[in-house]
Amino acid sequence: MATTTDTTLDIRGDFPILARQIDGRPIVYLDSGATSQKPEAVLKALDDYYRYHNANIHRSVYLLAQEATELFEGARERIAAFCGGETRTTIFTRNATEAINLVAYAWGRHELAPGDAVLITEMEHHSNIVPWQLATEDTGATLRHLEVSPDGLLSLDQLDEELAKGDVKLVAVAHVSNVLGTINPVAEIVRRAHAAGALVLVDGSQAVPQMPVDVGALGADFYVWTGHKVLGPTGVGVLHGRAEVLESMRPFLGGGDMIAHVDIERSTWNELPWKFEAGTSMIAQAVGLGAAIDYLAAIGMDRVRAHEHTLTEYAMAGLAGVEGVRIVGPAERAGLISFVIDGMHPHDIAELVNRDNVCIRAGHHCAQPLMRRLGIGATARASFGPYNNIADVDALIASLGRAREVFGL
Amino acid sequence: MDDLYRDYILEHYKRPKNFGELDPHDLEAHEHNPLCGDELGVHIRVGDGRVVEELRFHGHGCAISQASASIASEELIGMELDAVATLDADWMLDLLGIPISATRRKCALLSLKAMRAAITGEGSWPE
Repeated sequence: MATTTDTTLDIRGDFPILARQIDGRPIVYLDSGATSQKPEAVLKALDDYYRYHNANIHRSVYLLAQEATELFEGARERIAAFCGGETRTTIFTRNATEAINLVAYAWGRHELAPGDAVLITEMEHHSNIVPWQLATEDTGATLRHLEVSPDGLLSLDQLDEELAKGDVKLVAVAHVSNVLGTINPVAEIVRRAHAAGALVLVDGSQAVPQMPVDVGALGADFYVWTGHKVLGPTGVGVLHGRAEVLESMRPFLGGGDMIAHVDIERSTWNELPWKFEAGTSMIAQAVGLGAAIDYLAAIGMDRVRAHEHTLTEYAMAGLAGVEGVRIVGPAERAGLISFVIDGMHPHDIAELVNRDNVCIRAGHHCAQPLMRRLGIGATARASFGPYNNIADVDALIASLGRAREVFGL
Repeated sequence: MDDLYRDYILEHYKRPKNFGELDPHDLEAHEHNPLCGDELGVHIRVGDGRVVEELRFHGHGCAISQASASIASEELIGMELDAVATLDADWMLDLLGIPISATRRKCALLSLKAMRAAITGEGSWPE
């Protein structure tokens, strides 16, 4: 079994919520795939923003407004650099779902037509399925998908077959599966899709929190993620776009801030990125997300990935030792593990480990098509953050043993 | 003894009564819990006097949803259809006899939802 190594982080103390005890015992938080906990630095950035700098941005000349604008745009600059993107093509959205919908509306509704196809995969989160169902319905385009193999992988051969049909306008694919933990070869998918004249949207919601991501090197036309899974607050997400594509697109939402000039009958659009940011932005949340990526950048995403890899290997070995456990997904994976236990439904597993303050997710994980492909209704899922440690994994394994006893297994 | 996972709950989960399909059948419904993906189907054969003559349920779900279906099925057989249609959430929760938290309420009520839907054609959550 894996043991701790020099790559193992020890940062639990930076997260105030993890100091909370329930019934005199610590919280074992293993649901970072759903949302991450927040370090003190993020809480302080949010508090400081409202306490000392709050004003609306991009307009007024007074000092508070200047400070707020600098904090907001400074966060954008650092967030762009953190992901290898350009500042002017890094757009703030409410979350990853809104970023995908932005593309589905502002690009999809204008570029898709009957005879075109959008290609998704069976392992997508509902947020990267439903917007494309709506967009293809509205435009008369067709929606096709890549299948997931029994060991949780996509087939590049099937991708080539689909692209060879010549009608694929967009490939929409997760960087990391939120159920399987599969790390998809997105750079290669982008290369093949571009060679066939298709654009690519990558959902990086599960990747950005746990591994180095360089959107410039990946070359995707759209790369989306959400702040609250990356130690940041809720209410802020990011769309990194390719400049030429973003320039060619119409706006998504109309309103203040996204315009250059407004006449009563027509308007012209602001420059990137503000063309896609109508209305008062999520200023505090963007500032908080800036603090979150500063915190992660100081640790180094290579170390975060190494740490979570160590935990994942340790947990895979531990789970394999629990009778009746079946792990879903590939051997090599990101920091999350879906599993089922014979004779025990995932909801009952989650309910019983909760009695030991172990927080895991149970259900279909917003991936019902994948669940049908896997032939299971639901899984239990443990997912890791940089603040987790070996003791958290040990607590899960011990708690699963007690849960099995309750069920007389 | 566990408060929630009592012996009779686990007994119904592991060896559910009236589990399976019923062919031919007169009434059927298929319901699911959108929160967790649990699915439950019901087949009913109607006897003289518009009573539930036979009932089978099928699908997959947690111990709470499967046990509630099993326990309810025993009560429903022999009941008049009109009476089934009026059963409410409290009837089901009292029958289960365990403390059901807000997050598990739909697990407990999925079977009654399906059984009422088979009879009335209307699948609202029992209140």
